[in-house]
Amino acid sequence: MNAHAPIPQADAGCGVAIRQERGQRAVFCGLTGIVWLHRKIQDAFFLVVGSRTCAHLIQSAAGVMIFAEPRFATAIIDERDLAGLADMNEELDRVTRRLIERRPDIRLLFLVGSCPSEVIKLDLPRAAQRLSQSFAPDVRVLSYSGSGIETTFTQGEDACLAALVPDLPRADAHESPSLLVVGALADVVEDQFARLFAGMGLDLVAFLPARRAGAMPSVGPNTRILLAQPFLADTARALEARGATRLAAPFPLGAEGTTAWLRAAADAFGVDPRMFAEVTAPGLRRAEQALAPYRTMLAGRRVFFFPDSQLELPLARFLARELDAELIEVGTPYLHRGHMAPELGLLPAGTTVVEGQSLDAQMDRCRAARPDLTVCGLGLANPLEAEGLATKWSIELLFTPIQGYDQAGDLAELFARPLVRRTRLEV
Amino acid sequence: MQLTLWTYEGPPHIGAMRIATAMRGLHYVLHAPQGDTYADLLFTMIERRDARPPVTYTTFQARDLGADTAAIFQDAVSAAYERFRPEAMIVGASCTAELIQDDPGGLARALALPIPVIPLELPAYQKKENWGASETLYRLVRALAGRTLEPSPREGRRPRCNILGPTALGFRHRDDLAEIQTLMAALGIDVNVVAPWGASPADLGRLGDADFNVVLYPEIARAAAQHLQKTFGQPMVETVPIGVGATTRFVEEVAVLAGVDPAPVLAGAPSRLPWYSRSVDSTYLTGKRVFVFGDATHALAIARVAATELGFKVVGLGTYTREFAREVRAEAALHGIEATITDDYLDVEAAIQAAQAELVLGTQMERHVAKRLGIPCAVISAPMHVQDFPARHSPQMGFEGANVLFDTLVHPLMMGLEEHLLGMFREDAEFHDGAAPSHLARHGAAPAAPAAPIPPSPIPAPPDGVVAAWEASAEKELKKIPFFVRAKARANTERFARERALSRITVETLYDAKAHFGR
Repeated sequence: MNAHAPIPQADAGCGVAIRQERGQRAVFCGLTGIVWLHRKIQDAFFLVVGSRTCAHLIQSAAGVMIFAEPRFATAIIDERDLAGLADMNEELDRVTRRLIERRPDIRLLFLVGSCPSEVIKLDLPRAAQRLSQSFAPDVRVLSYSGSGIETTFTQGEDACLAALVPDLPRADAHESPSLLVVGALADVVEDQFARLFAGMGLDLVAFLPARRAGAMPSVGPNTRILLAQPFLADTARALEARGATRLAAPFPLGAEGTTAWLRAAADAFGVDPRMFAEVTAPGLRRAEQALAPYRTMLAGRRVFFFPDSQLELPLARFLARELDAELIEVGTPYLHRGHMAPELGLLPAGTTVVEGQSLDAQMDRCRAARPDLTVCGLGLANPLEAEGLATKWSIELLFTPIQGYDQAGDLAELFARPLVRRTRLEV
Repeated sequence: MQLTLWTYEGPPHIGAMRIATAMRGLHYVLHAPQGDTYADLLFTMIERRDARPPVTYTTFQARDLGADTAAIFQDAVSAAYERFRPEAMIVGASCTAELIQDDPGGLARALALPIPVIPLELPAYQKKENWGASETLYRLVRALAGRTLEPSPREGRRPRCNILGPTALGFRHRDDLAEIQTLMAALGIDVNVVAPWGASPADLGRLGDADFNVVLYPEIARAAAQHLQKTFGQPMVETVPIGVGATTRFVEEVAVLAGVDPAPVLAGAPSRLPWYSRSVDSTYLTGKRVFVFGDATHALAIARVAATELGFKVVGLGTYTREFAREVRAEAALHGIEATITDDYLDVEAAIQAAQAELVLGTQMERHVAKRLGIPCAVISAPMHVQDFPARHSPQMGFEGANVLFDTLVHPLMMGLEEHLLGMFREDAEFHDGAAPSHLARHGAAPAAPAAPIPPSPIPAPPDGVVAAWEASAEKELKKIPFFVRAKARANTERFARERALSRITVETLYDAKAHFGR
């Protein structure tokens, strides 16, 4: 016994039971982040260095969109590379050159590591450096890992943004404090937040990632960062290493989450509380109004979350506190206790949080509990529906504008829709 | 290293999954990193299956690499056996697990499970999905079909066949199978076993009880059928019944092997395609330039249908199935062209551009090319996406399949009247030049400005030498040629000018070239 050991704040006080589980995991790897990141950064290209499996994953996820010119591709490692018959670095240079020739409009190229490239220890950071020099100044080349062995789904975005951080312009110590909102948001959400911050008189607000490679924000000791997404552990650490300070806040999901998130920034910049109330009041009112009809649909509904994106905790908090839903189990692939502390503090006492996964055991628990709504990935959704359980497929929560006041109703609707659908179908 | 924008096939373990998911009572334990479970979505979303595929993944992570990944694999095998109690199991590795070399076969054998456990060696850096499916089916048949079972004497019973090839995630396999089963019933032939679709390991044990085998998809089932031929002396039918002609040949071949009379099945007009294709409305289809690409089975069959049953001109033919390159080359030679044998999407794109096709019949990937080049396109082969697992009955095989093909191949083309009027009046605000065929409404709202086909980016270098300059009047005249043959006319005129070393292209040159090449 060590009486002096600090008890982690999250486990104490708030009465949330956190359990860890290991076993088979039904989750995406970090490569999947490319599916939305390539749309957000409009002049970036994502080149996965991996196997045919990696190529197959990306096109299975994104291939239903018909592209005149896709902005992602895979350099498939073949036998000659593995046998050492071909110098992999030379091969990578050749492939990259062919790509840049084809797409002269590309300004930022990400070399994305995969399980095979990580296992054989191909040095992508060095390759990126080398290629950056040879394409300078037209194209910048960066690298990050989206491998399944290291990253789960949204952690791919974390790795990508963290790779951007060292290259961000330096903001000097004597500059006025600025706010940096971190995490890829839908453009419409980004614009709403920008307007809200402007309304509070915060004029130095930037977003990471920016929509174009040449417009990435600067960072320095006077930068305050506000995480818009819960899965940005490495990015936050990298920004902190450059002197930035993270503002602790719950995530901007639902009316309550959005207010608390905005308030964290307002407090840090000394915004007058009356002004804050004034600026947030219209959004808050609209969110309340939009949420009301969904509360009647979701109140008392028992919800089960399978792990997927790390959005599960904030979503569960939103469902429980703003829509009166009941939480059976909240799975998350990874739990950053520091970033999640404000969320854990808001979860209802007695909530079961499971970090990690043992798929079959978790499915048994889910079947036994027979929840009203199961939030899970697409590999499980149709099979569970066929067993008579209503499901909400979780990936959609990454592809849909859900943050902020004016999306609170839309977010609730995402959960209500499968339930509504069940009442409509007579076949 | 190969730059891959799109890949035509997945890795070989996806092929193994397609076999396992098609069957009943078989479980697959796949040594694979976290994330490779994306493959489940192919079956639950694209094919809309209502159960998880019978696959257990080890989903190891980086922290496991320092520890005992072999033990993780063995635990997964034991747990899967306990939970699912399959009749048989297949075990193997995905591409990453192949690198860490844990030997799934040996590890599973060491567990001494009381069921057949069949190890799969699927070299992920060499081979691909269809090979993986073929190899898995072959290994299963070899392990489970035995060697002794002989069909009972033919006296006093109906002939029996096995139908081999339909898998999960196959292009229209569900409906092709239904179509072929109907044909067999009409011929008075019993189906002994369908494999892998719906078969259990025990069913594979009864394969020897048939008189002959029908191989619907040679990419997947040829190896297994060859093994059955060697072991049981069962002959096989390999004619792929796609199109009216091929279906007729197929029926005749099957009838010979079964000793039945094909005449009643072939009598009358079993397909509407011949009449639809002969009706005058189809006259404008004559000589339409079509590019065909897909797996070998579909590319070969569709090229024949296009040329001999719809009257198109096949200006390009290719496949990503290297194992069948020889057949495809031979078929291409019949059309007077050179086959495109490649799994490189960019090569296919260049070939389509070079062939100046008016219609592309290909895979989901060719839809991307066609969008970029502004060419109509229909999907005739895997890889495909969710819209090609339709709810309605839509076979490609048999006589109903030919009906489906007629509609599919003609639909993307602009209708005859529209095409004529476009050729006569160029300034119409609604049916303007280069807009999508109006019945397709590809872009929702009609574009206001004439959207000429996107000029191709510099992939194929201009063929040798300088291109003669177009005079403004000639350029304007060129625009009067219907957009879907305009690229061809431009290329022909430039070639004509080059061959005659003309420095300028005038209106006269344009019409000289037209007269020279004809259409």
